Amino acid sequence: MPEALLTLEGVHTHVGQYHILQGVDFEVPKGAMTVLLGRNGAGKTTTLRTIMGLWKPSAGRVRFDGRDIGGTATPDIARAGIAYIPETMGVFSDLTVQENMVLAAQRGALDAARLEWIFAFFPALRRFWTHPAGVLSGGQKQMLSIARAIVEPRRLILVDEPTKGIAPAIIDNMIRAFQELKREATTVLLVEQNFRFAEALGDFAVVMDDGRIVHRDSMGALARDTATQTRLLGLSLEAHG
Amino acid sequence: MAETTATQSAPEPIPVVRADYLPILLVPALALAALPLIGNTTTWVTLTIAALAMGMMIFVIASGLTLVFGLMDVLNFGHGAFIAVGAYLAMTTLLPLAGWMQADSLALNLAALGLAMLAAMLGTGLLGWAFERVIIMPVYGQHLKQILITTGGLIVAEQLIHVLWGGDQKPMALPTGLRGAVTIGDVAIEKFRLLALAIGLIVFLAMLLVLNRTKLGLLIRAGVENGEMVEALGYRIRRLFVAVFVAGSALAGLGGTMWALYRETLTAGIGGEVIVLVFIVIIIGGLGSVGGCFLGSILVAQMANYTGYLAPKVALASNILLMVIVLMWRPQGLYPVAKR
Repeated sequence: MPEALLTLEGVHTHVGQYHILQGVDFEVPKGAMTVLLGRNGAGKTTTLRTIMGLWKPSAGRVRFDGRDIGGTATPDIARAGIAYIPETMGVFSDLTVQENMVLAAQRGALDAARLEWIFAFFPALRRFWTHPAGVLSGGQKQMLSIARAIVEPRRLILVDEPTKGIAPAIIDNMIRAFQELKREATTVLLVEQNFRFAEALGDFAVVMDDGRIVHRDSMGALARDTATQTRLLGLSLEAHG
Repeated sequence: MAETTATQSAPEPIPVVRADYLPILLVPALALAALPLIGNTTTWVTLTIAALAMGMMIFVIASGLTLVFGLMDVLNFGHGAFIAVGAYLAMTTLLPLAGWMQADSLALNLAALGLAMLAAMLGTGLLGWAFERVIIMPVYGQHLKQILITTGGLIVAEQLIHVLWGGDQKPMALPTGLRGAVTIGDVAIEKFRLLALAIGLIVFLAMLLVLNRTKLGLLIRAGVENGEMVEALGYRIRRLFVAVFVAGSALAGLGGTMWALYRETLTAGIGGEVIVLVFIVIIIGGLGSVGGCFLGSILVAQMANYTGYLAPKVALASNILLMVIVLMWRPQGLYPVAKR
């Protein structure tokens, strides 16, 4: 297994009175795609939000490239090279597609070559470039959300269920975009319930249940092991696959 | 980066974005509805221009407050303190400039007013910064505590004004060049109202320019919609909020100065007098919406002026009725801001 870029060690997170993460331990290897799987309510989104600093861990350590980022403010985590694509997409509806992209570019001006590369996956973004993001369809908003995260090379991308409610044609483009990111050796931590999507992209699989990690393996091994899939993920694979 | 070809399908048509002009039509509709009730065209024109001037003053005061609410969900009932402190600072600045105020030169008159407004804005901007640090910061995300502590802040500020400037009513005379009215036909328009109109429009255009043409403006608009995502993109929303709070406080100071000059008198309670109208404006405009705030200010001022002339006893009640009608039509306000 490649060297870990991100490591969670005994991470606990409380949200209000709820104890969501109850000692999460796993590693995200550098240059690979790790898929975080689990039933609804297992704590997958909370894990991503905790890594991003949107919720602070009450115990344990979150180490990014050897540095503890557990108490670090979200903007500093983002500036360290971690991009976040939330389940809600987080697109600014009042801003144009272009303005959304401009805000995502931390280095200043948008890189024209990089934009062309993004437009190749998501051509709708070029067409809607000067239009408010609010007019985009759900799938196009998801394209924009992903495009924002990859507008500049990032060291780690956290993606929360990008295929939820998205048309199959757009999912195919997403798969191509993420495969291209993998060729760039971008590290990705993907939360996903669509097993076809996860299988097509994942190098490693981590399964969560009740706020804990209950299984770690290569994605290929988990894809072949239907008994483990059924035991750990129940009907979710059939429902979403 | 490798060459990549995406799955191509027939491009979807670009949806037509229709500009929503309907709320804007409320201004001429309200004006035309008032015409037969007022009866006299000259009076109607005078009242309408007075309403526009008053609307600009309310907008200057309310614009910062609506952004503060939109950006951080902060209910600042202490905004009235900045209005009052701004007016008193302007009055104090004008004392040694009495010669310029009474001079026959309009340039000197405007220079004196400009200095007073600048002093008011600097003072209230600084006060806003301290207010945010000491009073607002400990109660982020706690609306009930925000209401209680910012109301307390307003009371403390009013009492401090009593201590520093005395509790009696102070005169706030207009400079020589802005007294009286300009007459066009039968219509007399007070000169100060024209100045208030100009200042309000300049502030509105400047805000539109900043919000739509600068990265800071993009961040404010994005932050109003989804502050958490702005942070996840690497920007410190807290710093942005402090900047907006300071700017909003400075604008309240400017508005307070204009309001005191409009009334030609001031007391420590001047902020409380206008703050009810300000809250009505930001609610009917749509919380966090600068355009809605501008339109709401004009509508509220129209209602106040028309009913103030027709039935003075129901002037405030008429604005509450206006708010109820607008919210029944558009529950999120005239121009709601998309929220996550």
